Amino acid sequence: MTVVKTSYNRRSFLKTTALAGGGMMLGFSWLAGCKPSGKEALAMPKEWFKINGYLKIGENGVVTILSPNPEGGQNVKTSMPMIVAEELDVDWKKVIVEQAPLDTEHFTRQFIGGSQALRQGWQALRMAGALARHMLREAAAQAWGVPPEEVTTEAGVLHHKKSGKSMGYGEIASAAASVPVPKEVQLKDGKDFKIIGTSRKNVDGLKIVTGQPLFGSDIQREGMLIAMIAHPPAFGLKLKSVDDSAARAMPGIRDVFTVKVIQDDYEKQFFDTITFPEVVAIVGNSTWEVMNAKKALKMEFEPIEDTTETYDRFGTKLKRHIPAGLENTTAHFEKMSELAGRPAQVKRKDGDPETAFKNAAKVIERTYTAPFLAHNCMEPMNFFAHVTAEKAELAGPLQKPELTEKTLSARIGMPVEKIDIQMTRLGGGYGRRSYAHWLVEAALISQKMNAPVKLIYTREDDMTSGIYRPAYHATFRAALDADNNLVAYHQKTGGIPESPLHENRFPAGAVDNYLAEDWTIDTNITVGSFRAPRSNFMAAAEQSFLDEVAEAAGKDPIEFRLELLNRAKTNPVGKDNDYEAERYAGVLELVREKSNWGKTSEGVSRGVSAYFCHNTYVAQVLDLVLEDGKPVIQKVHCAIDCGIVVNPDAATNLSEGCVVDGIGNALYGNMTFRDGVPEKSNFDKYRIIRHSEAPKAIEVHFVKNEIAPTGLGEPPYPPVMAALANALYRATGKRFYDQPFLGEQGVLG
Amino acid sequence: MANFTLNINGKKQQVDVDPATPVLWVLRDHLNLVGTKYGCGIAVCGSCTIHVGGVAMRSCMLPVSQIGSQEITTIEGLSENGDHPVQKAWLEHDVAQCGYCQTGQIMNAAALLKASPHPSDEEIEGAMNGNICRCGTYVRIKAAIKTASAR
Repeated sequence: MTVVKTSYNRRSFLKTTALAGGGMMLGFSWLAGCKPSGKEALAMPKEWFKINGYLKIGENGVVTILSPNPEGGQNVKTSMPMIVAEELDVDWKKVIVEQAPLDTEHFTRQFIGGSQALRQGWQALRMAGALARHMLREAAAQAWGVPPEEVTTEAGVLHHKKSGKSMGYGEIASAAASVPVPKEVQLKDGKDFKIIGTSRKNVDGLKIVTGQPLFGSDIQREGMLIAMIAHPPAFGLKLKSVDDSAARAMPGIRDVFTVKVIQDDYEKQFFDTITFPEVVAIVGNSTWEVMNAKKALKMEFEPIEDTTETYDRFGTKLKRHIPAGLENTTAHFEKMSELAGRPAQVKRKDGDPETAFKNAAKVIERTYTAPFLAHNCMEPMNFFAHVTAEKAELAGPLQKPELTEKTLSARIGMPVEKIDIQMTRLGGGYGRRSYAHWLVEAALISQKMNAPVKLIYTREDDMTSGIYRPAYHATFRAALDADNNLVAYHQKTGGIPESPLHENRFPAGAVDNYLAEDWTIDTNITVGSFRAPRSNFMAAAEQSFLDEVAEAAGKDPIEFRLELLNRAKTNPVGKDNDYEAERYAGVLELVREKSNWGKTSEGVSRGVSAYFCHNTYVAQVLDLVLEDGKPVIQKVHCAIDCGIVVNPDAATNLSEGCVVDGIGNALYGNMTFRDGVPEKSNFDKYRIIRHSEAPKAIEVHFVKNEIAPTGLGEPPYPPVMAALANALYRATGKRFYDQPFLGEQGVLG
Repeated sequence: MANFTLNINGKKQQVDVDPATPVLWVLRDHLNLVGTKYGCGIAVCGSCTIHVGGVAMRSCMLPVSQIGSQEITTIEGLSENGDHPVQKAWLEHDVAQCGYCQTGQIMNAAALLKASPHPSDEEIEGAMNGNICRCGTYVRIKAAIKTASAR
């Protein structure tokens, strides 16, 4: 049994009580429009008793659990409350889940990012449930006049075996709410889990399939206006002048004005990346009218100046150079090749790589590239805002509300206490909604209009004012000795504007002579987090390269990796290696077994890949056939070690999604620029993987262990690109070094 | 502006809008039927799929003036309580991730099964290729369509 110190003191507990019971969560009438389903609706209690910031119990035993983090399809809105319910020991059928508001005093890290929700929420969620259970037992013990340790619980019912007494949680919830919060509390043993480790359906499943309003773009309010923005057509340009006379005269238009998204003297925080610092807002009665008026705007633009801005990366001041000019994809790739040939910054060096390469029996050198990518969330960027002199009410999809709240507070000059941000379901995030400049834009427009406003981006705005995945480049060299042992490894990576290097990742630690170095190129194109930042390129490149090295060494690609991992486990090189070789090897061994690796089928080409990022280990085997030059992916086998799997079917779904997304971006994903203009503005030009191109089957296997859970929103995404490249090589005899592998083509060639 | 009487989900609804307004925005802005989603505005992503006269159509490029007396069904009207076989299959397979595209996927799948109650894998892929799911739930969508088809 684990005993943990509780992190609530009485004071914060009381505040929690007051907040959780306040009008904040009920303020949004559009949510009330979500009718519960006939059959599954629970009888609602007459009275709620708030036990702590995460949960309240009704007099009839129904429990409401608040899900702290935003939901963007990772299914945390089901998985996080499951953890609370487990420790509370309640019947999942009697649980109602609500999205928590942004509440930085009582929840930590209300973020989507880094696949960290379960990992970092694990202890707090368990504690919230365990504390409530403890308080219920205490209250029951007092009521019955028995020692609290004799009171047991089972699925929402308290029992005292000796006296045969029992009662439901609801009957004692009122008394439990005033039991002092203990200094420490016992957590369950993993073997006693009844909810964790069992598949539970998405709590919003019915609302999704019946089209009820869950998303930010669905918000409707009395007197609400619709706003859109117009922005410069190219990176490297800024707004010079606007002639809005025609737009203003169009039906349904209320106002047209420019919006300065940040003040000149504002020091940006890490997630304050803003595509265009000044945009034009068009405000009107309906979306169609605003869309039409937007087309009637006449705007002039001028070149931006070369600038260097200081920004704050969680306490560290950093500088970012933004060059003037209109950039081109062709020039980007030429410049990356050029930089790859120049001296770079050494990030790690083990042994004597220079000598090892000189004395090698065989040296393999290969270069890999990948382009900028647009996130392309299916729900275009949007936000609701109602800013008055007294308060700012905001609602919509965003990944990092806590950080955005500070930015907004500085911009509109209102203390955070007067700002209320409600989190709606995200119609996709993948990193793009970490940069919530559109929330600030919505608030400024509402402030100017003195009215509730819903800002929505058109698809074209969404795609052409992106905060893109950077373009990357990596050159690897491997040295084999006469016995085909890997004796030296050199990686030199770079990108626009960041390097994808993680110098302490595998195969660092497994090779005596190792060199990792990198370089960067500045750009004025805005970039940011994109599902599994940096790993989303490095896994593809490195795991393709290792496949080629294994082949040159005459070794089976899984066996080759396992040999290296065994070296890293038994006699690691260096001290900073940031992976556990045993768990890494574990997923490779599991995928080897589950995919029947080594068994060949007529016409089927297989590729393998494995990667560790965001605290989770993933290995994949991809099987494909070529049909008239078109790759048809028959099956992807995944082996995953993410510790305890909280909600297996949901974890499987998320892993399947990562696999499809990874294959799609490796085959087709590509944002190009000409004279600063993003050349793709909608899905007619930007190719996204579609039904017929997805794998016919995906099998997901989890390593069973009792390690605290880690996330899945990112880790299964990067390695599949290399599994695909390696399978394509076996099918075609050709190695694939440059993404996208297919681009706009229908077939390979 | 012009007046239109639309037959939506078995109910007559009056709107006074620009005749060129796409049905998508009439539904979302004027009738508060927000289950039909905006994804691309150029009829290539499928998020805005509705049924017009029983046939799946993209509502984002369909002017309201072209509807006339044809019956429109949106996701809100596909069934009374979310119990259309396709919706039930979607829940059984817990298809959704972010869920944004799923109403369009469901409307397209429902129209497919009406036209072809037992589609082959190739037919499913062909019919569903116009509906993008950025979360990548295609494998589950296909499984759910097969489940619904078996009923």
